[in-house]
Amino acid sequence: MTVAKPAHPDDRKSARLRIWRGTSHDEGDYESFDITFEDGDSVLDSLVALRRDRAPDLALRFSCFNANVCKECTMLVNGTVEYACIAKLWPGEIQLDPLPNRPLLRYLVTDTLPDKEKLEI
Amino acid sequence: MRGQQGATNLRTDVLVVGGGGAGMFAAISAARNGAQVVLADKNVVGRGGATIMAQMTCAAALGEQEPDNPDEHLSDTLKAGRGLCNEDLAALLCRNSPHRIRELEGWKVQWARQENGKIRQVIAPGHSRQRCVYVDFLKTGAAISAALRKQIKRADSIRKLSNVSLTDLVARDGEVIGAVGIDITTATPVVIKASAVILCLGGMTKMFKRTTAPNNIAGEGLGLALRAGAKIVDIEFLQFYPNGHMAPRMVGLDPTTWEPTRVKLGGRLLNGEGEEFLQNYGEGNGEAYATSRDALTHAMYKEVEAGRGSPHGGVYLSFQHISQDDLEGALGPILEIFHRNNIDLTKMPVEVYPIAHYQMGGIEVNPRMETSVAGLYAAGELAGGANGANRLSGNALPEAMVFGERAGESAAIYAAKATARDWDGEIATPYVDHIRSLMGKNGGAGNSPASLTGDLKELMWNNVGIYRNQADLEIALAKIRAMRRTDLENLAVSDETVHNASLVEWFELRNGLMAMESLTIAALNRRESRGAHQRDDFPKTLEAYQLSQRISLKDGALVSSFAADPG
Repeated sequence: MTVAKPAHPDDRKSARLRIWRGTSHDEGDYESFDITFEDGDSVLDSLVALRRDRAPDLALRFSCFNANVCKECTMLVNGTVEYACIAKLWPGEIQLDPLPNRPLLRYLVTDTLPDKEKLEI
Repeated sequence: MRGQQGATNLRTDVLVVGGGGAGMFAAISAARNGAQVVLADKNVVGRGGATIMAQMTCAAALGEQEPDNPDEHLSDTLKAGRGLCNEDLAALLCRNSPHRIRELEGWKVQWARQENGKIRQVIAPGHSRQRCVYVDFLKTGAAISAALRKQIKRADSIRKLSNVSLTDLVARDGEVIGAVGIDITTATPVVIKASAVILCLGGMTKMFKRTTAPNNIAGEGLGLALRAGAKIVDIEFLQFYPNGHMAPRMVGLDPTTWEPTRVKLGGRLLNGEGEEFLQNYGEGNGEAYATSRDALTHAMYKEVEAGRGSPHGGVYLSFQHISQDDLEGALGPILEIFHRNNIDLTKMPVEVYPIAHYQMGGIEVNPRMETSVAGLYAAGELAGGANGANRLSGNALPEAMVFGERAGESAAIYAAKATARDWDGEIATPYVDHIRSLMGKNGGAGNSPASLTGDLKELMWNNVGIYRNQADLEIALAKIRAMRRTDLENLAVSDETVHNASLVEWFELRNGLMAMESLTIAALNRRESRGAHQRDDFPKTLEAYQLSQRISLKDGALVSSFAADPG
């Protein structure tokens, strides 16, 4: 039988990620990274690769990776609240910000835990 | 409460490490047996771990679909385990799974139903009966997790601690009396004094490049247990999930999606040339989906090895022979997720390949979930032995629930008698100091823990993967040892005091590397092929090797032993 094949792994696209890097919503700046990706890759895929290869101090949180169940990777993708694990990359500039209505810890990590699940410090 | 050297100090009867299915069940069970409980997870309690990602099958001999009983389930489990199951643990799993399913029913888990109102049970490969219960659509793990989270919320004696990663167990006179860890948000050491500790940290499959595991599961439980003096058993048996999703990139669904889809719909496996191939390996054509996981894995591997793979190095899975109406009937809302990923099953196949999925071996426990170290318990995927050399589809969730429940009960009983609840901070000081000394290690110059983890994942995938041989394993062992002894010490750790992930990842690697070395040693020593452990250079199953292999840490070295000399 004939097979309509999925895209080949060598077909890569380019994007520029503009990522908020600060320890509060006011103090910090955007840093841009030019990346390539395979069609269908998620925002989280690119952030994990950036941490591994180019920006080890980049801060984000995730567990389930692409199943959309742990809910930890919530952030703003071009101003819209999204799970980074299911938001698809597209060619062009993509701005990533931390959730605006939560205290910012660092970069893309906000304080989303209920108080009673935290340590008393 | 701030204690010695600014570390946060907590005290509890039972500390449960890992907030997935096993950990939540352990916490609930310990609490209802009278213990005060701290339930810690380095991610979010109830959302980290693998249980929440489980899609469908959960085996329990309820007999609601057709006559069945736990002894039949046990017989199937032992057969799949290729002679290496710990029969006491397997029997515990099979006999108690129905109780846990009923308990969850009482906690409002909406098991799929037949038209007559009874719980629906379906067949899965290797089971002789229609035995697997599920929650539609592909939501079994999420539904179980939600029910357990609700129970935990109601239990006043359980304290949840999210974003806390445990780095060391603390022992005195051969007895575990607590643990040390890091509060990730503040990069602060935390000391937790406990009369009993239950490890529910899941498996190690995150350390493979292609995996179904969440980021949360890195073999840390094995490292923690070995360093505390416990033994691990049959760790070379690592299940690769045959229908693992490979391409096109699909998000919003677990990569295990295709197995339940095949259970419901069949589905044709095709090589890169679009030809069916299972029949060339002594199997049916796959539409009925009756091929066991290890046989399926073998056929796919051989087809790719022969140069007949798909573009991403797997094989095609096609549903193109199934009508749109039938697809909608069987998959419902899941079709929408496929569409969002530009996957139209009526027009195109997907690419699948076996990916690292489940650790059959693990910490050696008895049916009370006690390890060989007093005060230390293990449950769930991290506890070894129930599934032997190969796990049946549907036995993972019962393992989490049954063993978690049992561990919680045992630990609570032990904690009520133990006197070690209080101790001075000094015994934990070296661990606390170690955490502090790593802050800013190597001045931020050098490889990051995330980078070394990436290298390790490549190495494990390439050299200790689906099919193994002596040369590849020896290369892997040398590299892992160099990583443990040299590279780890040369890593750059951030001095950030807010969400310092590199500090957490350093400790994750320290324990994870010990797990990977254990796996590689065990794989080298088992000079045969059996179940999920396949050796190109020793392709036959040998009777002399129908023995469990144990690994322990002696004077800093990992030592392997079989119950008898396999020759």
